Amino acid sequence: MVATAAEVWAVLATVPDPEIPAISLVDLGVIRAVEWQNDLLTVTLTPTYSGCPATRVIAMDVEVALRDHGVQNLKLETQLAPPWTTDWISDAGRAKLEAYGIAPPQPAGGPAHCPLCKSQAVERISQFGSTPCKAQWRCQTCLEPFDYFKCI
Amino acid sequence: MTALFEGLLRLGDTTLILSHRVSEWCGHAPALEEDIALANTALDLIGQAQMWLGLAAEVEGAGRSADDLAYLRDVWEFRNFLLVERPNVDFGHTIMRQCLFDQWNGLMLNHLSGSTDDRIAAIAQKAAKEAAYHTERSADLVIALGDGTKESHARMQSALDAFWPYVGEMFTADPVDTELARDGVFPDLASLRAPWDARINEIFASATLHKPDSAFAHQGGKSGKHTEHLGHLLTTMQWLQRAYPGATW
Repeated sequence: MVATAAEVWAVLATVPDPEIPAISLVDLGVIRAVEWQNDLLTVTLTPTYSGCPATRVIAMDVEVALRDHGVQNLKLETQLAPPWTTDWISDAGRAKLEAYGIAPPQPAGGPAHCPLCKSQAVERISQFGSTPCKAQWRCQTCLEPFDYFKCI
Repeated sequence: MTALFEGLLRLGDTTLILSHRVSEWCGHAPALEEDIALANTALDLIGQAQMWLGLAAEVEGAGRSADDLAYLRDVWEFRNFLLVERPNVDFGHTIMRQCLFDQWNGLMLNHLSGSTDDRIAAIAQKAAKEAAYHTERSADLVIALGDGTKESHARMQSALDAFWPYVGEMFTADPVDTELARDGVFPDLASLRAPWDARINEIFASATLHKPDSAFAHQGGKSGKHTEHLGHLLTTMQWLQRAYPGATW
């Protein structure tokens, strides 16, 4: 049974993102607040892209994980402002994305290098990729196509 | 019906109907990358529609949800711009319609980000970040296709000529818009025209397209007077809820 906010954060750090299971919901930065008021736990979530179908699954996964850890009285809230930004992806999350083969977001608007062979010779195929949050790029050295997590 | 509810329906219905039109390309686009880009654009737009219609339902306070508004209203209750219910025709028409709307939507969302209604500002700030990618893409494609081959140029000019009479409705304020602008909830729609024209002129110059001279503007979408196309679209979009009321998964 989780009893403190720190324990709740620890549980949520084990819940994978449904689209990109290499990173957790905490890494992704979609958990905005965790608050206990007596026996009521309120978890505040923010959506990544407004139309992302994973948003509902994320809420369900959070609920399942916390109920599995003995939370009886749970309230999930959605917060739109301030809007989610890729800046909220943790450093650990960025490293995990790259290890998974997805180039993490960069302020320059494109990948720093190919996540597979690390070559800096990369080209954009399309600004829109396999999910709303990703663009399609290709490495000109190893020739592999890869996903780039685009900035918003 | 309050002005706020009406104004939110216009935003929600316009994004919903355009989303449906764009989604009709899923599996049919001329290239895989374009298919994916169109599907993602449709997804972003449906996300925005959910937020606008969700707030509309909350403001109405009649116990309806965003889904109820989307699936259980008939043609005359929809408040979308006529532009977005126009059929796709071909890829060129689809991209031209998207460009004309994206340029308007980008300006509108930037203004709404500073709305006196915090709920509207929050939705607009979120949507603006996604819409920036749409705006960039549709402008790039209009330029590439307009300044492309003889065939692609002719198709883009024909699309522009066909959609031009539907542009004016986005900038023509009626009493609902005027009331919302007075309270600082919405911007003055007419004030969006000059920056829209400036950007559109740049795009068309690069695309070697000729902007039609006519200022004629069809009106009606914002007050529920639609073209025959919307009814056909709704029969597809609403079919499941009409045939199996309350169906969920």
